[in-house]
Amino acid sequence: MATTITTLARRPALRERGRQAVETLRRAPLIPMAIIVIVVFTATFAPLLTPHSTTQPSLADRLTPPVWQEGGTWEHPLGTDALGRDLATRLMYGGRVSMMVAIFTLAIGGGIGTAIGLVSGYFGGRIDAVFMRSADSTLAFPIILFAILLVVAVGPNITNVVVAIALVLWARYARVIRGEVLALRERDFIARARVSGCSHLRIILLHLFPNTVNTLLVLLTLQVGWVIIVEASLSFLGAGIPPPTPAWGSMVSDGREYVDTAWWVSAIPGIAIMLTVVAFNLFGDWLRDTLDPKLRQV
Amino acid sequence: MQRYIVMRVGQSIVALIILSMIIFALGRFTGDPIILLLPQEATIETELALRAHYGLDQPWPIQYWKFVSNAVQFDFGDSIKSKRPVMDLIGPKVMNSLRLGLAGMVITLIIGIPLGVLAAVKRDTFFDGGAKLIAIMGQSLPQFWVGIMLIQLFTVQLDLLPAAGTGGISHYVMPAFTLGWWVAAAVMRLLRSSMLDALDGEYIKMARIKGLPEYKIVWKHTFKNALIPVLTFAGTYLATFITGAILVETVFAWPGLGRLVYDSIIWRDFPVLQTLVLMIAVVVITVNLAVDIAYAYIDPRIRYD
Repeated sequence: MATTITTLARRPALRERGRQAVETLRRAPLIPMAIIVIVVFTATFAPLLTPHSTTQPSLADRLTPPVWQEGGTWEHPLGTDALGRDLATRLMYGGRVSMMVAIFTLAIGGGIGTAIGLVSGYFGGRIDAVFMRSADSTLAFPIILFAILLVVAVGPNITNVVVAIALVLWARYARVIRGEVLALRERDFIARARVSGCSHLRIILLHLFPNTVNTLLVLLTLQVGWVIIVEASLSFLGAGIPPPTPAWGSMVSDGREYVDTAWWVSAIPGIAIMLTVVAFNLFGDWLRDTLDPKLRQV
Repeated sequence: MQRYIVMRVGQSIVALIILSMIIFALGRFTGDPIILLLPQEATIETELALRAHYGLDQPWPIQYWKFVSNAVQFDFGDSIKSKRPVMDLIGPKVMNSLRLGLAGMVITLIIGIPLGVLAAVKRDTFFDGGAKLIAIMGQSLPQFWVGIMLIQLFTVQLDLLPAAGTGGISHYVMPAFTLGWWVAAAVMRLLRSSMLDALDGEYIKMARIKGLPEYKIVWKHTFKNALIPVLTFAGTYLATFITGAILVETVFAWPGLGRLVYDSIIWRDFPVLQTLVLMIAVVVITVNLAVDIAYAYIDPRIRYD
């Protein structure tokens, strides 16, 4: 008897919650989400999706136009570059590079930045001053220049690109998370945790950190696009992923010489960058509005 | 106030010293420039002589000290690629970059300010939507790609504008637009939100009650106050501009400092690269310092501790 009463009482609430979830999903940006799924899917399963090699030149096929243009074939739906390599294939593998760089940089840079933000906001004082001054200096410095210097000094490869971008990325996380912590620190539950004898580490990890997760998620999503653009810019300048590994930025650069004869070589990878970045930005905007509406300027 | 300025100057100097150490340390990791310089059949004696010539045989602290004392006298050594003093390479290019930067800033102001104000005043209308679209594009389009696509359209297809180099006004159109648009998008977003904040203010209600004409409310009362948060980011915008200039000058073969950065990456010409980074750092740090001090004067609510 008692159980029926509780289920009956709970049912409308559940239904209400279900309706809210459906409503939230209906307002979700479906096209951006679809683009993200496509990019992640093709990047992950690239070897299964294409018969072509990313690096093997095939001079007979060089500068084949995309399939919808005269001279295009279904063999190379998006055409080929100056060495006859299939653009669609290189695009998928290039997506792999972009996604990998994004995941690792955000994990490292976001991780370090969050840790610094938590410590800085919680302890305050001199530690805070030093960390925040360094964060401000990092943010005010031309990011690409810093990364170029690092990559040129230690040699261009994917690890160094990740390290270079992460070294710049931490600052924004440190700033935003610190701001959150400053507000949280004054709340009663933190004071109570302290009174009940929690260690600093426990308070930071179990009481402060979980309350910053929403902000962190939003920031991470919004910065995927930024990381992709920085990585592409580095690769474009020759300070990123070294050839012949396909990266979107260096693919755009490859096409520069053929801008008057073969527009697709640099146009198509650029469109890929644009669509992916727009998708992540719009998705991040939606996530922010859903999870954390007070966050406006991140 | 004076204490604040002294402290802020001190911080800037510390930042510069740390940066110079990082640059110097990185220089030692660059890989050995001597290997690039030596002909294949060179003997060990030539190698040692070359090392001594560039001072690369000295211990690091001595090399660092030499690096700093030379830098203060504007002597940054010779370029590895062209064998000429670095300053000779940089000197003639400074004006080209400044001119392009100025043109880019004009574009930023022409696009960013009116659109930011318009988007806030006509919130949730067609203008707001259009401004939002431009902002999203500004954030999402890779600058270097936009440059190439502009060349594709205006040089290859329409044959209207020159694709590369300097010259008359027409040479400025595409590079300046590509450079200015990115920052314009950022200025616009920030101006829109700070205009919206300012429009909510009590003093705006007061101005409305007084019956002031709308243009006065917008431009005199709101815009002026909304500009303060935008100015705070002047340092960040400068950083974005410099980043953009490297990409834009590379795409449009503009004979400026950005293109020199690109050339020094390709040639692994570390003396040139480190000089450029150091110079840009000095400019960035000085501008940020100036902004902070000016800000403290303009806005008395800033605390000086």
